[in-house]
Amino acid sequence: MRSNVSEYELVAPGSLSAVLALMAAEPGAWTLMAGGTELMVALGAGRLAQRKLVSLWGIDELRRITTSNDWLTIGAGATFTDIRENEIIAKEFPLMARAASWTGAIANQNRGTLGGNIVNASPAADSPPVLLVYEAEIELASAQGTRRMKYSDFHLEYKRTVMQPQELVMAVHLPRGRRLPVEYLRKVGTRNALAISKIALAGVGAMQSGKVQTVRIAAASLRETPARLLATEAALLDHALTSERILAARKVLLQEVKPIDDIRSTANYRAYVAANLLEEFLMQMAASEG
Amino acid sequence: MSAAKIPLDEIRFKVNGEERCVSVPPMKRLLDVLREDLELTGVKEGCGEGECGSCSVLLDGVLVNSCLVPALQADGCEVLTVEGLATNGALAHIQQTFLELGGTQCGICTPGMMLAAESLLRKNPHPDLAAIREGLAGNLCRCTGYMRIIDAVRHAMQMPILAEEQAELDAVRK
Repeated sequence: MRSNVSEYELVAPGSLSAVLALMAAEPGAWTLMAGGTELMVALGAGRLAQRKLVSLWGIDELRRITTSNDWLTIGAGATFTDIRENEIIAKEFPLMARAASWTGAIANQNRGTLGGNIVNASPAADSPPVLLVYEAEIELASAQGTRRMKYSDFHLEYKRTVMQPQELVMAVHLPRGRRLPVEYLRKVGTRNALAISKIALAGVGAMQSGKVQTVRIAAASLRETPARLLATEAALLDHALTSERILAARKVLLQEVKPIDDIRSTANYRAYVAANLLEEFLMQMAASEG
Repeated sequence: MSAAKIPLDEIRFKVNGEERCVSVPPMKRLLDVLREDLELTGVKEGCGEGECGSCSVLLDGVLVNSCLVPALQADGCEVLTVEGLATNGALAHIQQTFLELGGTQCGICTPGMMLAAESLLRKNPHPDLAAIREGLAGNLCRCTGYMRIIDAVRHAMQMPILAEEQAELDAVRK
Protein backbone atom coordinates (compact mmCIF):
# COMPACT_ATOMS: atom_id res chain seq x y z
CA MET A 1 0.00 0.00 0.00
CA ARG A 2 1.21 3.42 -0.99
CA SER A 3 1.66 5.94 1.85
CA ASN A 4 -0.60 8.97 2.06
CA VAL A 5 2.01 11.67 1.45
CA SER A 6 -0.15 14.38 2.93
CA GLU A 7 0.50 12.87 6.37
CA TYR A 8 4.23 13.51 6.16
CA GLU A 9 5.99 16.69 7.18
CA LEU A 10 9.24 17.66 5.46
CA VAL A 11 11.15 20.83 6.24
CA ALA A 12 14.37 22.20 4.78
CA PRO A 13 16.04 24.54 7.30
CA GLY A 14 18.88 25.13 4.82
CA SER A 15 21.85 25.26 7.19
CA LEU A 16 23.60 22.90 9.57
CA SER A 17 23.04 25.15 12.59
CA ALA A 18 19.31 25.45 11.85
CA VAL A 19 19.01 21.65 11.53
CA LEU A 20 20.85 21.13 14.83
CA ALA A 21 18.65 23.71 16.58
CA LEU A 22 15.53 21.92 15.38
CA MET A 23 16.87 18.57 16.63
CA ALA A 24 17.85 20.06 20.00
CA ALA A 25 14.38 21.56 20.49
CA GLU A 26 12.64 18.22 20.03
CA PRO A 27 15.20 15.40 20.48
CA GLY A 28 14.22 12.29 18.57
CA ALA A 29 11.19 13.88 16.93
CA TRP A 30 12.81 14.51 13.58
CA THR A 31 14.29 12.08 11.08
CA LEU A 32 16.99 13.33 8.77
CA MET A 33 16.81 12.73 5.05
CA ALA A 34 19.61 13.49 2.61
CA GLY A 35 19.20 12.09 -0.93
CA GLY A 36 16.16 9.99 -0.07
CA THR A 37 17.45 6.74 -1.58
CA GLU A 38 16.48 4.83 1.58
CA LEU A 39 13.57 6.71 3.16
CA MET A 40 11.72 7.44 -0.09
CA VAL A 41 11.74 3.72 -0.87
CA ALA A 42 10.07 3.12 2.50
CA LEU A 43 7.57 5.89 1.70
CA GLY A 44 6.72 4.33 -1.66
CA ALA A 45 6.20 0.95 -0.04
CA GLY A 46 3.92 2.39 2.64
CA ARG A 47 6.28 1.57 5.50
CA LEU A 48 7.85 4.91 6.42
CA ALA A 49 6.99 5.15 10.12
CA GLN A 50 8.62 8.55 10.74
CA ARG A 51 6.22 11.41 10.02
CA LYS A 52 8.48 14.41 10.65
CA LEU A 53 11.44 14.70 8.31
CA VAL A 54 14.21 17.22 7.85
CA SER A 55 15.93 17.61 4.49
CA LEU A 56 19.73 17.80 4.53
CA TRP A 57 19.90 18.00 0.73
CA GLY A 58 21.61 21.15 -0.51
CA ILE A 59 23.44 21.99 2.75
CA ASP A 60 26.85 22.68 1.26
CA GLU A 61 28.73 22.64 4.56
CA LEU A 62 27.89 18.93 4.88
CA ARG A 63 28.93 18.05 1.35
CA ARG A 64 32.55 19.21 1.21
CA ILE A 65 35.53 16.94 0.69
CA THR A 66 38.63 18.61 2.17
CA THR A 67 42.17 17.75 3.18
CA SER A 68 44.67 18.70 5.86
CA ASN A 69 48.19 17.31 6.12
CA ASP A 70 47.08 14.23 8.02
CA TRP A 71 43.42 13.74 7.14
CA LEU A 72 41.02 13.58 4.24
CA THR A 73 37.58 14.69 5.40
CA ILE A 74 34.44 13.62 3.58
CA GLY A 75 31.30 15.54 4.57
CA ALA A 76 28.41 13.23 5.43
CA GLY A 77 26.37 14.83 2.65
CA ALA A 78 28.92 13.96 -0.07
CA THR A 79 27.28 11.71 -2.65
CA PHE A 80 28.83 8.56 -4.02
CA THR A 81 29.30 10.45 -7.28
CA ASP A 82 31.22 13.17 -5.39
CA ILE A 83 33.40 10.44 -3.86
CA ARG A 84 34.00 8.65 -7.17
CA GLU A 85 34.97 11.88 -8.90
CA ASN A 86 37.35 13.17 -6.21
CA GLU A 87 40.95 12.94 -7.42
CA ILE A 88 42.56 12.70 -3.98
CA ILE A 89 40.24 9.87 -2.97
CA ALA A 90 41.03 8.05 -6.23
CA LYS A 91 44.75 8.42 -5.56
CA GLU A 92 45.02 7.88 -1.82
CA PHE A 93 41.92 5.83 -0.91
CA PRO A 94 41.07 3.89 -4.06
CA LEU A 95 38.93 1.32 -2.27
CA MET A 96 36.65 4.16 -1.21
CA ALA A 97 36.14 5.18 -4.85
CA ARG A 98 35.53 1.57 -5.88
CA ALA A 99 32.94 0.97 -3.17
CA ALA A 100 31.19 4.20 -4.22
CA SER A 101 31.20 3.03 -7.85
CA TRP A 102 29.10 -0.03 -7.04
CA THR A 103 26.73 1.53 -4.50
CA GLY A 104 23.63 1.36 -6.69
CA ALA A 105 23.56 2.63 -10.27
CA ILE A 106 24.43 6.16 -11.42
CA ALA A 107 21.09 7.76 -10.44
CA ASN A 108 21.41 6.35 -6.91
CA GLN A 109 25.05 7.43 -6.68
CA ASN A 110 23.96 10.93 -7.62
CA ARG A 111 21.65 11.11 -4.59
CA GLY A 112 22.89 8.60 -2.00
CA THR A 113 25.30 10.03 0.57
CA LEU A 114 28.10 8.58 2.66
CA GLY A 115 26.38 9.77 5.85
CA GLY A 116 23.14 8.07 4.86
CA ASN A 117 24.96 4.84 4.07
CA ILE A 118 26.53 4.92 7.55
CA VAL A 119 23.52 5.90 9.69
CA ASN A 120 21.20 3.51 7.91
CA ALA A 121 23.57 1.02 9.57
CA SER A 122 22.82 -1.88 7.26
CA PRO A 123 25.29 -4.74 7.77
CA ALA A 124 25.30 -5.04 3.96
CA ALA A 125 26.29 -1.41 3.20
CA ASP A 126 29.15 -0.92 0.74
CA SER A 127 31.19 1.85 2.40
CA PRO A 128 31.68 0.57 5.97
CA PRO A 129 34.16 -2.28 5.31
CA VAL A 130 36.37 0.20 3.47
CA LEU A 131 36.10 2.79 6.24
CA LEU A 132 37.08 0.08 8.73
CA VAL A 133 40.23 -1.07 6.93
CA TYR A 134 41.31 2.53 6.35
CA GLU A 135 40.87 3.16 10.12
CA ALA A 136 38.41 6.01 9.60
CA GLU A 137 37.17 8.30 12.33
CA ILE A 138 33.64 9.66 12.46
CA GLU A 139 32.53 13.08 13.63
CA LEU A 140 29.09 13.64 15.13
CA ALA A 141 27.50 17.03 15.70
CA SER A 142 24.72 18.35 17.90
CA ALA A 143 23.73 21.82 19.07
CA GLN A 144 26.10 21.20 22.02
CA GLY A 145 29.13 20.72 19.78
CA THR A 146 30.95 17.90 18.03
CA ARG A 147 32.55 14.64 19.09
CA ARG A 148 34.87 12.42 17.14
CA MET A 149 35.61 8.72 17.55
CA LYS A 150 37.00 5.70 15.79
CA TYR A 151 34.48 4.48 13.21
CA SER A 152 35.06 0.96 14.55
CA ASP A 153 33.31 2.06 17.78
CA PHE A 154 30.27 3.50 15.97
CA HIS A 155 28.09 0.43 15.35
CA LEU A 156 26.82 -1.26 18.52
CA GLU A 157 24.48 -3.99 17.31
CA TYR A 158 22.10 -4.62 14.40
CA LYS A 159 20.92 -1.19 13.18
CA ARG A 160 21.96 0.42 16.49
CA THR A 161 24.77 2.98 16.74
CA VAL A 162 26.26 5.29 19.38
CA MET A 163 24.31 8.26 18.00
CA GLN A 164 22.11 10.24 20.39
CA PRO A 165 18.68 11.46 19.19
CA GLN A 166 19.87 15.05 18.79
CA GLU A 167 23.04 14.13 16.87
CA LEU A 168 23.84 13.80 13.19
CA VAL A 169 26.89 12.52 11.33
CA MET A 170 28.87 15.49 10.14
CA ALA A 171 31.90 13.94 8.49
CA VAL A 172 34.20 10.97 8.11
CA HIS A 173 37.96 11.44 8.43
CA LEU A 174 40.46 9.15 6.72
CA PRO A 175 44.13 9.18 7.82
CA ARG A 176 46.45 10.16 4.95
CA GLY A 177 49.94 8.90 4.20
CA ARG A 178 49.44 5.44 5.65
CA ARG A 179 48.57 3.56 2.49
CA LEU A 180 49.62 -0.10 2.53
CA PRO A 181 50.97 -1.91 -0.54
CA VAL A 182 48.14 -4.43 -0.83
CA GLU A 183 44.53 -3.28 -1.06
CA TYR A 184 41.66 -5.64 -1.75
CA LEU A 185 37.92 -5.17 -2.13
CA ARG A 186 35.40 -7.51 -3.59
CA LYS A 187 31.63 -7.50 -3.50
CA VAL A 188 29.62 -10.56 -4.36
CA GLY A 189 26.07 -9.72 -5.41
CA THR A 190 23.52 -10.73 -7.99
CA ARG A 191 24.50 -8.08 -10.53
CA ASN A 192 26.86 -5.13 -10.66
CA ALA A 193 24.42 -2.24 -10.65
CA LEU A 194 21.89 -1.97 -7.87
CA ALA A 195 22.47 -5.30 -6.20
CA ILE A 196 22.84 -5.22 -2.46
CA SER A 197 25.81 -7.38 -1.56
CA LYS A 198 25.42 -10.98 -0.47
CA ILE A 199 28.83 -10.43 1.08
CA ALA A 200 31.75 -8.03 0.66
CA LEU A 201 35.28 -8.21 1.98
CA ALA A 202 37.85 -5.44 2.24
CA GLY A 203 41.49 -5.99 3.16
CA VAL A 204 44.69 -3.97 3.35
CA GLY A 205 48.10 -5.19 4.36
CA ALA A 206 51.85 -5.33 4.03
CA MET A 207 54.41 -8.13 4.07
CA GLN A 208 57.92 -7.88 5.45
CA SER A 209 60.61 -10.56 5.13
CA GLY A 210 58.05 -13.12 4.07
CA LYS A 211 55.71 -12.51 6.97
CA VAL A 212 52.51 -10.54 7.44
CA GLN A 213 53.62 -7.26 8.97
CA THR A 214 50.25 -5.45 8.95
CA VAL A 215 46.79 -6.66 8.01
CA ARG A 216 43.29 -5.26 8.41
CA ILE A 217 40.20 -7.10 7.16
CA ALA A 218 36.55 -6.03 7.32
CA ALA A 219 33.35 -7.48 5.97
CA ALA A 220 29.79 -6.64 5.05
CA SER A 221 26.89 -9.04 5.60
CA LEU A 222 28.90 -11.38 7.80
CA ARG A 223 27.89 -10.09 11.21
CA GLU A 224 25.04 -8.01 12.64
CA THR A 225 27.05 -4.85 11.94
CA PRO A 226 29.82 -3.98 9.49
CA ALA A 227 32.82 -5.47 11.28
CA ARG A 228 36.60 -5.88 11.39
CA LEU A 229 37.60 -9.53 11.50
CA LEU A 230 40.06 -9.19 14.36
CA ALA A 231 40.52 -12.88 15.15
CA THR A 232 41.29 -13.62 11.51
CA GLU A 233 43.79 -10.74 11.45
CA ALA A 234 45.45 -12.08 14.63
CA ALA A 235 45.76 -15.52 13.04
CA LEU A 236 47.74 -13.98 10.19
CA LEU A 237 49.95 -11.38 11.86
CA ASP A 238 53.67 -12.22 11.91
CA HIS A 239 53.09 -15.43 9.95
CA ALA A 240 54.35 -16.52 6.58
CA LEU A 241 51.46 -17.15 4.18
CA THR A 242 51.95 -20.88 3.67
CA SER A 243 49.04 -22.95 2.41
CA GLU A 244 48.65 -24.33 5.96
CA ARG A 245 48.46 -20.81 7.37
CA ILE A 246 45.88 -19.73 4.79
CA LEU A 247 43.80 -22.80 5.61
CA ALA A 248 44.07 -21.99 9.32
CA ALA A 249 43.00 -18.39 8.66
CA ARG A 250 39.98 -19.64 6.69
CA LYS A 251 38.97 -21.71 9.71
CA VAL A 252 39.32 -18.76 12.08
CA LEU A 253 37.23 -16.62 9.73
CA LEU A 254 34.49 -19.27 9.61
CA GLN A 255 34.36 -19.26 13.42
CA GLU A 256 34.48 -15.49 13.63
CA VAL A 257 31.68 -14.63 11.21
CA LYS A 258 27.98 -14.96 12.01
CA PRO A 259 26.19 -14.76 8.66
CA ILE A 260 22.46 -15.30 8.36
CA ASP A 261 20.00 -16.78 5.89
CA ASP A 262 17.92 -14.07 4.25
CA ILE A 263 16.29 -13.04 0.98
CA ARG A 264 19.67 -12.41 -0.70
CA SER A 265 21.65 -15.49 0.28
CA THR A 266 22.27 -18.24 2.82
CA ALA A 267 24.54 -18.30 5.85
CA ASN A 268 26.54 -21.22 4.43
CA TYR A 269 27.09 -19.57 1.07
CA ARG A 270 28.16 -16.33 2.73
CA ALA A 271 30.60 -18.06 5.07
CA TYR A 272 32.35 -20.10 2.39
CA VAL A 273 32.48 -17.28 -0.14
CA ALA A 274 33.95 -15.08 2.59
CA ALA A 275 36.66 -17.66 3.19
CA ASN A 276 37.35 -17.77 -0.56
CA LEU A 277 37.61 -13.98 -0.72
CA LEU A 278 40.00 -14.06 2.24
CA GLU A 279 42.14 -16.56 0.38
CA GLU A 280 42.10 -14.40 -2.75
CA PHE A 281 43.25 -11.42 -0.68
CA LEU A 282 45.99 -13.49 1.00
CA MET A 283 47.27 -14.71 -2.38
CA GLN A 284 47.68 -11.06 -3.37
CA MET A 285 49.47 -10.41 -0.09
CA ALA A 286 51.79 -13.39 -0.67
CA ALA A 287 52.59 -12.21 -4.20
CA SER A 288 53.25 -8.63 -3.13
CA GLU A 289 56.78 -9.10 -1.89
CA GLY A 290 58.91 -9.80 -4.91
CA MET B 1 -8.15 9.10 2.16
CA SER B 2 -7.67 10.88 5.46
CA ALA B 3 -7.72 14.67 5.43
CA ALA B 4 -4.44 16.46 4.74
CA LYS B 5 -2.70 17.21 8.01
CA ILE B 6 0.38 18.85 6.61
CA PRO B 7 0.03 22.21 4.84
CA LEU B 8 0.89 22.23 1.17
CA ASP B 9 4.16 23.73 0.02
CA GLU B 10 4.54 25.95 -2.98
CA ILE B 11 7.18 24.42 -5.21
CA ARG B 12 8.58 26.71 -7.87
CA PHE B 13 10.82 25.13 -10.44
CA LYS B 14 11.66 25.16 -14.09
CA VAL B 15 10.37 22.14 -15.99
CA ASN B 16 11.55 21.61 -19.56
CA GLY B 17 12.53 25.26 -19.69
CA GLU B 18 9.22 26.62 -18.40
CA GLU B 19 8.68 28.23 -14.97
CA ARG B 20 6.10 26.19 -13.08
CA CYS B 21 4.55 26.44 -9.62
CA VAL B 22 2.58 23.71 -7.85
CA SER B 23 1.02 23.46 -4.39
CA VAL B 24 1.71 19.94 -3.14
CA PRO B 25 2.57 18.05 0.06
CA PRO B 26 6.36 18.41 0.56
CA MET B 27 6.88 14.64 0.55
CA LYS B 28 4.95 14.08 -2.69
CA ARG B 29 7.25 12.23 -5.03
CA LEU B 30 8.61 14.32 -7.88
CA LEU B 31 7.42 11.48 -10.15
CA ASP B 32 3.82 12.07 -9.05
CA VAL B 33 4.13 15.86 -9.26
CA LEU B 34 5.32 15.54 -12.85
CA ARG B 35 2.69 13.01 -13.87
CA GLU B 36 -0.35 14.22 -11.90
CA ASP B 37 0.12 17.95 -11.37
CA LEU B 38 1.95 18.77 -14.61
CA GLU B 39 0.56 15.93 -16.78
CA LEU B 40 4.01 14.97 -18.00
CA THR B 41 3.17 11.31 -18.37
CA GLY B 42 6.32 10.52 -20.31
CA VAL B 43 7.84 9.95 -16.87
CA LYS B 44 6.95 6.35 -16.07
CA GLU B 45 6.65 4.49 -12.80
CA GLY B 46 8.14 1.02 -12.82
CA CYS B 47 9.32 -0.27 -9.48
CA GLY B 48 8.85 2.85 -7.35
CA GLU B 49 12.00 2.03 -5.40
CA GLY B 50 14.91 3.31 -7.45
CA GLU B 51 15.83 0.05 -9.14
CA CYS B 52 14.38 0.24 -12.65
CA GLY B 53 15.12 3.77 -13.85
CA SER B 54 11.87 4.25 -15.78
CA CYS B 55 11.15 7.45 -13.79
CA SER B 56 14.60 8.93 -14.60
CA VAL B 57 14.73 12.70 -15.08
CA LEU B 58 17.54 15.24 -14.96
CA LEU B 59 17.40 17.43 -11.85
CA ASP B 60 19.70 20.42 -12.26
CA GLY B 61 21.37 18.38 -15.00
CA VAL B 62 21.90 15.35 -12.74
CA LEU B 63 20.28 11.98 -13.45
CA VAL B 64 17.90 10.98 -10.64
CA ASN B 65 15.07 8.54 -10.03
CA SER B 66 12.12 10.89 -9.62
CA CYS B 67 10.30 8.30 -7.48
CA LEU B 68 12.91 8.93 -4.77
CA VAL B 69 12.91 12.74 -4.81
CA PRO B 70 10.44 14.52 -2.53
CA ALA B 71 8.84 17.58 -4.14
CA LEU B 72 10.42 19.95 -1.62
CA GLN B 73 13.91 18.93 -2.75
CA ALA B 74 13.07 19.97 -6.31
CA ASP B 75 12.11 23.51 -5.23
CA GLY B 76 14.17 26.03 -7.17
CA CYS B 77 15.62 23.36 -9.47
CA GLU B 78 15.53 22.71 -13.19
CA VAL B 79 13.89 19.49 -14.33
CA LEU B 80 14.27 17.87 -17.72
CA THR B 81 11.87 15.10 -18.73
CA VAL B 82 11.55 13.23 -22.01
CA GLU B 83 9.00 15.85 -23.10
CA GLY B 84 11.82 18.42 -23.03
CA LEU B 85 14.28 16.52 -25.21
CA ALA B 86 12.77 17.56 -28.54
CA THR B 87 13.05 21.21 -29.58
CA ASN B 88 10.31 22.85 -31.67
CA GLY B 89 8.98 19.48 -32.71
CA ALA B 90 12.35 18.22 -33.91
CA LEU B 91 13.49 15.06 -32.15
CA ALA B 92 16.77 15.19 -30.27
CA HIS B 93 19.57 13.12 -31.73
CA ILE B 94 19.19 10.42 -29.08
CA GLN B 95 15.45 10.12 -29.79
CA GLN B 96 16.08 9.83 -33.52
CA THR B 97 18.59 7.00 -33.11
CA PHE B 98 16.35 5.11 -30.65
CA LEU B 99 13.60 5.36 -33.26
CA GLU B 100 15.72 4.34 -36.22
CA LEU B 101 17.66 1.53 -34.61
CA GLY B 102 14.87 -0.20 -32.71
CA GLY B 103 16.03 1.02 -29.31
CA THR B 104 12.43 1.02 -28.17
CA GLN B 105 9.80 -1.70 -28.18
CA CYS B 106 7.04 -1.50 -25.57
CA GLY B 107 8.27 1.95 -24.65
CA ILE B 108 7.98 1.92 -20.87
CA CYS B 109 11.73 2.13 -20.25
CA THR B 110 12.42 4.41 -23.19
CA PRO B 111 12.00 7.88 -21.61
CA GLY B 112 14.22 6.96 -18.66
CA MET B 113 16.68 5.19 -20.91
CA MET B 114 17.04 8.26 -23.13
CA LEU B 115 17.56 10.55 -20.15
CA ALA B 116 20.21 8.19 -18.74
CA ALA B 117 21.86 8.26 -22.19
CA GLU B 118 21.58 12.06 -22.33
CA SER B 119 23.17 12.32 -18.88
CA LEU B 120 25.98 9.96 -19.86
CA LEU B 121 26.75 11.78 -23.12
CA ARG B 122 26.77 15.19 -21.44
CA LYS B 123 29.36 13.97 -18.95
CA ASN B 124 31.32 11.72 -21.27
CA PRO B 125 30.81 12.56 -24.97
CA HIS B 126 32.86 9.57 -26.11
CA PRO B 127 31.91 6.67 -23.88
CA ASP B 128 33.29 3.22 -24.65
CA LEU B 129 31.07 0.17 -24.45
CA ALA B 130 31.78 -0.37 -20.75
CA ALA B 131 30.90 3.24 -19.96
CA ILE B 132 27.64 2.99 -21.93
CA ARG B 133 26.71 -0.16 -20.07
CA GLU B 134 27.48 1.42 -16.72
CA GLY B 135 25.62 4.60 -17.65
CA LEU B 136 22.49 2.61 -18.53
CA ALA B 137 22.83 -0.08 -15.84
CA GLY B 138 20.22 1.52 -13.61
CA ASN B 139 17.60 1.35 -16.37
CA LEU B 140 15.88 -1.96 -16.92
CA CYS B 141 14.42 -3.02 -20.26
CA ARG B 142 12.43 -6.23 -20.62
CA CYS B 143 12.03 -6.13 -24.41
CA THR B 144 15.08 -5.23 -26.40
CA GLY B 145 17.85 -7.23 -24.79
CA TYR B 146 19.72 -3.89 -24.59
CA MET B 147 21.81 -4.36 -27.74
CA ARG B 148 19.70 -2.03 -29.88
CA ILE B 149 19.69 0.52 -27.08
CA ILE B 150 23.48 0.44 -26.92
CA ASP B 151 23.59 0.76 -30.73
CA ALA B 152 21.30 3.80 -30.48
CA VAL B 153 23.57 5.49 -27.95
CA ARG B 154 26.63 4.81 -30.09
CA HIS B 155 24.97 6.20 -33.17
CA ALA B 156 23.70 9.24 -31.30
CA MET B 157 27.34 10.21 -30.92
CA GLN B 158 28.01 9.38 -34.56
CA MET B 159 30.86 7.27 -33.34
CA PRO B 160 32.09 4.22 -35.19
CA ILE B 161 31.75 1.03 -33.21
CA LEU B 162 35.20 -0.44 -32.72
CA ALA B 163 35.83 -3.81 -34.35
CA GLU B 164 36.33 -5.62 -31.05
CA GLU B 165 33.18 -4.07 -29.61
CA GLN B 166 31.21 -5.11 -32.67
CA ALA B 167 32.54 -8.65 -32.21
CA GLU B 168 31.39 -8.58 -28.58
CA LEU B 169 27.95 -7.32 -29.55
CA ASP B 170 27.66 -9.95 -32.27
CA ALA B 171 28.69 -12.68 -29.86
CA VAL B 172 25.99 -11.66 -27.39
CA ARG B 173 23.39 -11.59 -30.16
CA LYS B 174 24.12 -15.17 -31.22
